[in-house]
Amino acid sequence: MLKKIGLLILALSLVAIVMGGCAPKAPAVIKIGINAEITGDIPKVGEGTKYAAEMWLEDIKAAGGLEVGGKKYPVELVIEDNEAKAESAAAANTKLITQDQVLVIVGPQASKQAVPAGEVADANQTPMISPWSTNPRTTKDRPWVFRACFLDPFQGPVVAKFATEEFGFTKAAVLYDVASDYPKGLAEFFKQAWEELHGPGSVVAFETFTTKDRDFSAQLTKIIASGAEFLFTPQYYDEVPLIVKQAHELGWKKPILGSDSWGSAELMTLCGDDCKGCFFSTHYAAAGAKGATKEFIDRYKAKYGYVPDDVGALTWDAMRIVEKAIKDCGKITGDIKTDRKCVRDAMAKIKDFEGITGKMTFTEEGDPIKCAVIVKISDTGEFEFYKQACP
Amino acid sequence: MTFFLQNVVNALQWGSFYALIALGYSMVYSILLLFNFAHGDIFMAGAYIGFFISSGLVALAASGFLPLPNWLIFMLTIVFAMIATSCLGIIVERVAYRPLRDAPRASVAVTAMMVGIILETGNLALLGARRRNFPALIEMTSYKISGVSVTNVKIIIVVVSVLLMLALHLFIRRTKWGMAIRAMAYDFVVVPLMGVSINAITVLTFAIGSSLAAAAGILFGIAYPVLEPYMGILVGWKAFVAAILGGRGSIPGAALAGFLLGFIEIFVAAIFPSTLRDLIAYSIILIILTFRPYGFFGEAYTARLRL
Repeated sequence: MLKKIGLLILALSLVAIVMGGCAPKAPAVIKIGINAEITGDIPKVGEGTKYAAEMWLEDIKAAGGLEVGGKKYPVELVIEDNEAKAESAAAANTKLITQDQVLVIVGPQASKQAVPAGEVADANQTPMISPWSTNPRTTKDRPWVFRACFLDPFQGPVVAKFATEEFGFTKAAVLYDVASDYPKGLAEFFKQAWEELHGPGSVVAFETFTTKDRDFSAQLTKIIASGAEFLFTPQYYDEVPLIVKQAHELGWKKPILGSDSWGSAELMTLCGDDCKGCFFSTHYAAAGAKGATKEFIDRYKAKYGYVPDDVGALTWDAMRIVEKAIKDCGKITGDIKTDRKCVRDAMAKIKDFEGITGKMTFTEEGDPIKCAVIVKISDTGEFEFYKQACP
Repeated sequence: MTFFLQNVVNALQWGSFYALIALGYSMVYSILLLFNFAHGDIFMAGAYIGFFISSGLVALAASGFLPLPNWLIFMLTIVFAMIATSCLGIIVERVAYRPLRDAPRASVAVTAMMVGIILETGNLALLGARRRNFPALIEMTSYKISGVSVTNVKIIIVVVSVLLMLALHLFIRRTKWGMAIRAMAYDFVVVPLMGVSINAITVLTFAIGSSLAAAAGILFGIAYPVLEPYMGILVGWKAFVAAILGGRGSIPGAALAGFLLGFIEIFVAAIFPSTLRDLIAYSIILIILTFRPYGFFGEAYTARLRL
């Protein structure tokens, strides 16, 4: 059986070589690889990726192709399923790069897949942009890898600035899980940013708990006694309902702020009325969106029947960044190596890109400097766009 | 002072759970010399059973078919979940522990751990990892008594827990069955010769322990309404600490130690940086055990255990 598969692969690759070798230099097609979580445990993410990418392709087709240096090139999407697995994501990238000869890759979405896939893209000198991966390692020391979303730690300063400007607060309290990377990192970045704004000691309570804790009454009692003006808790939808409920039980009536980990549909089923009126920072908010963001949402909804989540919106932005990079590159030589280099350099130079998830400029690491969205949980329990917040 | 009293209130609630769960550990240990490590997961199962019963009743009430008020649903949930969970406890005993009654204690301890894992992963397979939201059966009202926030939920939890503990104490001390349990704890070789069935007593013990765990699970669900399959592990382990601290097999000891553990945890977190909570809390318990290795009410191993 293995032998047969081996033979088949050999035969196929031979055919590929022969065909590739003999094919006449046809009018170059711009191939864009999509490496997405179509199957596996987060199929909704893959679906959003695919839908947003196809919607983008529609626009390109309607325009008669992608115009580069005054010439229109047809665009083709090569969609590969990475099964939401790290090794499959790397394999999918290898296939896209070596076999499909794509110019640039969009995806994978989750960090678990994006980190190993980024390694493959970087080693093969193919530009890749992950729309959704927030782990710093995805782009770290990888000049060929970019992302369309902000990094986790970035939300700390954003929330600090929002609380200062919106409410004029000077005393903050933080409650976070010391045994979990994401909340811990965010809490520390928040503290740092807050103390830069308001001086040392302005975080009047910096309280912790450990994963699986269910009772926060001691910490919350301390926070209430500390005279803090608001509470920042960058926790997941597991703990947030308990923290908010217990805070209210202990008589806390001041604002409670969170981070993008709050943004799950589960939050409101678990939290009920208690979470209404709270704020959290995130990538994008569907309810209350305006302008181009609203246009995208309406179009997506009309086409696929549901409101796109952040994956869809970020993929849309990633596709348009790719489009801009190819256009900025200015020419398609047909030599895939030169073109890939050209697109990478153009992408690295992108400044003030107007995305639907915010204005972006890439840093040297390939991470965008962009604004976050502050969401308010409305009285009907919807995640409503409140305002944009920049660091 | 307000700060102190507020933490006393917090600790009373938190200690109630430890105390109720520790009682189950203690009772089983006194009869079978078995640490029922699955007890934390029985507590979890009790919370889930309570969740399904109360959600069902709430839905029935909402549909107008059976318009029960919430307080009645709360009582019914506690009663039915205690019955259902005690059946679960009896099944676990029959399937997993009885065949190993004469086996080495280590094997039984391992079996107990495995039962725990089966209950957790069984729940995960059956219901998935989705968190469940325990229905708010008691509408929360908050009272401010000279700066201290007390909610009706807290009061109900502490009162129900203490009532259950008193009921258990009276049952063990004042009834024939209670006497049989105490006798069996004293000597499970001779007492069966007097015509007391060891199987009946074991079943009774498991039923009582599991139903207390179910009550704890429901109260826990009302206080912390996010249920997940692994919720019993940590609470279970800490309640186990309370059972040991109280003196193995001692019911007042387990109850007292449960509350003490709650107080230590809350006050350590309230006074020291909360990161150090468990470090300091469990160091204190280590020191207590160094000086009182048999717990508060326990006796040396050579003497028989008592209830």
